[in-house]
Amino acid sequence: MSRTDLIIHDEKDNVAVVVIDKTSKNQECTGWIMENDKTIKIKSINEIPLGHKIALQDLKEGDTILKYGHDIGKVVKSIKKGEHVHVQNVKTKKW
Amino acid sequence: MEIPKSFLGYKRENGRAGTRNHVIILPVDDISNACAEAVANNIKGTIALPHSYGRLQFGADLELHFRTMIGTGSNPNVAAVIVIGIEPKWTKRIVDGISKTGKPVEGFHIERTGDIGTVMKASKKAQEFVMWASEKQREECPLSDLWISVKCGESDTTSGLASNPTVGNLMDKLEPLGVHLCFGETSELTGAETVCAKRGATPEASKKFMKTWSAYNDFILREATDDLSESQPTAGNIAGGLTTIEEKAFGNFQKIGSCKFIDVLEPAEAPTKGKGLYFMDTSSAAAECVTLQAAAGFNIHLFPTGQGNIVGNPIEPVIKLTANPLTVKSMGEHIDCDVSKILSREMNLSEAGDELIKTTIRVANGRLTCAEALGHKEFVMTKLYRSA
Repeated sequence: MSRTDLIIHDEKDNVAVVVIDKTSKNQECTGWIMENDKTIKIKSINEIPLGHKIALQDLKEGDTILKYGHDIGKVVKSIKKGEHVHVQNVKTKKW
Repeated sequence: MEIPKSFLGYKRENGRAGTRNHVIILPVDDISNACAEAVANNIKGTIALPHSYGRLQFGADLELHFRTMIGTGSNPNVAAVIVIGIEPKWTKRIVDGISKTGKPVEGFHIERTGDIGTVMKASKKAQEFVMWASEKQREECPLSDLWISVKCGESDTTSGLASNPTVGNLMDKLEPLGVHLCFGETSELTGAETVCAKRGATPEASKKFMKTWSAYNDFILREATDDLSESQPTAGNIAGGLTTIEEKAFGNFQKIGSCKFIDVLEPAEAPTKGKGLYFMDTSSAAAECVTLQAAAGFNIHLFPTGQGNIVGNPIEPVIKLTANPLTVKSMGEHIDCDVSKILSREMNLSEAGDELIKTTIRVANGRLTCAEALGHKEFVMTKLYRSA
């Protein structure tokens, strides 16, 4: 088993969580999907620290972020596949 | 792993069992704190539980105050109680409430005596209580005597990935053995509320949950002046990678595993429907939530953290677990159970759940938690609104 860089909760998710110290620019990352035990590969555009999220596909303004297979917020600034996903480009739909 | 069937606890007069054997000095109100602390200083082995409230409260807020006071004194981790208040009437109400457990309890009021006379009288009684309690021995108690409450804090994405699901795994394994379980944090289920409501064991439980959540959410919407940024999620949550309340909520929700909740409790309300999982309407602030769960009678607490919350409670031992390797490395003195190997996939969830069960039983048997060893005794009353 190669090192796991990212963990994905659910097959439907469009984001993964970094589980190494940080990803480096253009790093080819290995992601493990917990739900079905599959592995994916994705290139990290930015340095992304432990615990932070990476986009698994291109996302445009208004799109919904899915994690745990559920809606966790909306995209407010377009995001490229492999880019850092956080408060700068995603907001809550509540409150 | 074969789960142990028993632990060593203190059997109480009302049939419950404690994981600790505290003698507490409980002030009814803020102005009685000084007396309570003086008594605890005089008599070694007792602890005072100072707090900020108890004067001019009314209505549901006053009822919650009494429920928390009486519940704290009634908790099986408490062997005996000294109650000290300014006035006789409210002091007596709390003494009468606690005495229903059959444990030793005595009240003292300060008016017409003053601090010094009260400290003297209360100290004499406290000495008698603590020396009596010191002879209590731990005895074998069935695992079902554990009432386990859970709450997470300073969460990050590792909480939802690993430490919260570890608690969920423990719940899935211990629920069939007849333990009582409790989760809360009403506001931190926002975004996952409809998924959580479906976990009600009955349509009534689901309906009650939605009513409770909606009332809390309405209150937040009414009081909020902005988008709650830095409150929910907190700055610590955001630093740890959590982006929205919804993301935090789904992570939080992992703590109950696949269990269903049988009832929804008011803050500090003791469960009455027997073994199983309960949801309690609580704030998501750590000390407030644990204080309410302890007042409902829970005798051991599991606290998963991401970035490193350090909370403790004076009567209910708080076990910390984390899956964040940076937290283990930088704040190891706060972590009772390290499950960070889940992230590197050197440990699976079931193994992590087993580790947590082992830690829980060791602490139930008397091993101090990190928070106890470090002196964390956060006792924080929940106040619903301003006093009259």
